[in-house]
Amino acid sequence: MMRDTLITNARLLDPASGLDAPGALLIRDGLIADCGAGLTAPEGAAVVDAGGACLAPGLIDLRANLGEPGAEHRETIASAAQAAAAGGITTICVLPDTDPALDDPALISFIARRGEATGSVTLLPYGAATSGCAGKELAEFGLLREAGAIAFTDGARAIASARSMRLALSYARAFGAFIMQHPEEPSLAAGGAATEGELATRLGLPGITPAAEAMMVARDIALARITGGHVHFAHISTAAALDLIRAAKAEGLAVTCDTAPPYFDLNETAIGDYRTYAKLSPPLRTEVDRQAVVAALVDGTIDAIASDHQPRDADDKRLPFAQAEAGGAGLATLLGVTLARVHAGDVPMLTALGLLTARPASLLNLPQGRLAKGAPADLVLFHPDRGWKVEAGKLPGKAQNSPFDGRALEGRVLGTWKAGRRVFGG
Amino acid sequence: MSYPRKHLLAIEGLEPPHIADLLDLAESYALLNRSGKTQRDLLKGRTLINLFFEDSTRTRTSFELAGKRLGADVINMSVSTSSVNKGETLLDTASTLNAMHCDLLVVRHGQSGAPSLLSQKVDAAVINAGDGTHEHPTQALLDALTIRRHKGRLEGLVVAICGDIAHSRVARSNMHLLTTMGSRVRVVGPPTLIPAEAARLGVEVFHDMKAGLAGADVVMMLRLQRERMSGGLVPSAREFFRFYGLDAEKLAHAKPDSIVMHPGPMNRGVEIDSAIADHPTRSVIGEQVEMGVACRMAVLDVLARGLRRNV
Repeated sequence: MMRDTLITNARLLDPASGLDAPGALLIRDGLIADCGAGLTAPEGAAVVDAGGACLAPGLIDLRANLGEPGAEHRETIASAAQAAAAGGITTICVLPDTDPALDDPALISFIARRGEATGSVTLLPYGAATSGCAGKELAEFGLLREAGAIAFTDGARAIASARSMRLALSYARAFGAFIMQHPEEPSLAAGGAATEGELATRLGLPGITPAAEAMMVARDIALARITGGHVHFAHISTAAALDLIRAAKAEGLAVTCDTAPPYFDLNETAIGDYRTYAKLSPPLRTEVDRQAVVAALVDGTIDAIASDHQPRDADDKRLPFAQAEAGGAGLATLLGVTLARVHAGDVPMLTALGLLTARPASLLNLPQGRLAKGAPADLVLFHPDRGWKVEAGKLPGKAQNSPFDGRALEGRVLGTWKAGRRVFGG
Repeated sequence: MSYPRKHLLAIEGLEPPHIADLLDLAESYALLNRSGKTQRDLLKGRTLINLFFEDSTRTRTSFELAGKRLGADVINMSVSTSSVNKGETLLDTASTLNAMHCDLLVVRHGQSGAPSLLSQKVDAAVINAGDGTHEHPTQALLDALTIRRHKGRLEGLVVAICGDIAHSRVARSNMHLLTTMGSRVRVVGPPTLIPAEAARLGVEVFHDMKAGLAGADVVMMLRLQRERMSGGLVPSAREFFRFYGLDAEKLAHAKPDSIVMHPGPMNRGVEIDSAIADHPTRSVIGEQVEMGVACRMAVLDVLARGLRRNV
């Protein structure tokens, strides 16, 4: 039996209910027992004075690769859990394109158990959409779902065949799960290292036309229309794709999407003099596209902000640009970079936090992601203005390949609670 | 003599006085070379390493000769790119070079940005001798010097760069250098071989060879790699030659006193007709090679001035 905890003197932020007010929150038995103004500490309760800082639901990261199994030299679940706790993340949806791929029920339950063992983060694994994430035969959606798979995807690999995608969208309906697509037409993206355009031309880098994204989005929307399946597009980065998704939503199709902080905080100039930490997939885009992503965060077209955490080590990155691996570390900076848009006046605070909590929770029907009586006491306490500097080499966790290396951020996590237990700060 | 950097990694970013000074110095080396009176001790005690990850007899030999004429100790290192982990080779090589106290490092690499990466890890002054599809700065300098000797200037000249612009580091360096020096640069080729947003680099784009050559002072041909055909960017060599190969008929659209250039090695009958390549008055391809040595001497000279004296 855990002792009660009362967090007092907090600015309560609950995007699900629209609450933004001073108050307190009581934790009992790992759940939120009460929250609001005028709460007093029950006898024997521990009291945490938040000092006026923001208290919000723990963040739900819709998409991350954690290195396990198969790439433990880059990241382990234990090291990622440290980074997540320091970043205020209490739930991570884990990508299945590992080695081996998460295409077997035993692997799905393995990931979930490894998450429980950390004690600080819930891991919700995606199942592979196709066997081995190889894009051919469908994986066993039913058995994987029973084992705990939240949805299906081939991770960073696009499901290239229209027929495979159609079958996946269709079959997944039986198990109430969406198919998450990496929206990039592979025959146009092969060998590319940067967004096609003036900068790639100057740097002499093979380009990927931004149309590769919109093209795949258009195709899969058409497939969602004929199958009635739910397609979710990962890390949307272009205005053209967002326009298609906006129209599909207006039509009433089951189409959702997310983006990741690099796509609303950086543009292609971040690759500068061949900076491989800024080599991502999809590649960073033009300023016009970045602004379109910001607008789509505000107007609701985008359903979630994911960390897109892709751990890479020095051997992956200290290479000529085209040979370096794509991907950025994103757990520790997820909240801070999102808050940068709030500080800039681009996105309201509750809208931004909602994209990290209530909206991914409703996409996955999770009980987390809200400050409500009876909800799990997964919480983050942060100071919205306190500054810190992102420094590769000093980030929590193993992966240090942050595209935000050197960036000054405002918004510091002071404490993280998982099921009522403090797992960071204090 | 103004040169603002430790390395020569790219033409992009250099300003007109930097380029003009390098060309003036190269011109004086060209004259000295012809008279046989080169200063043989300028780089005495300096170590120049030619580090080539791609084969290139022509460029390597040119740098070797330039270094030896100035009295440097010249070492040639060819690194096989067939080894499994190319990146490790690159950075391992950097630490090896530091241990050897190399002063001047000439790098040719198949990947854009590789010399830039190396320059962050080695103590030596790095000269980019061609990186991927990015830049080949000394080629642009020798081309500019050759043009200047024939036309007396760069400003206001119409220069047509023809062929596979998209994959050419020579084209990129020349576009940067010539536009910086006030030439009017055209790029001519099929749309599949013109890089995205080429016009943003300050050049005019043509897909018709005759229109692109009309009134040109300089016709610069580029090598077409065979793999462009297998990659589907160009259907066949014969079709390419028919529409984009330089022959007498197409050259007739350029100015009567225009000069023809090619960085070599040439694919005769693909991008250039032999009769043009060997033309006694119009072709300056041989002179480009001569100016190559002079320009590389100028670059080595200028970068060596920026180095600390040996400790």
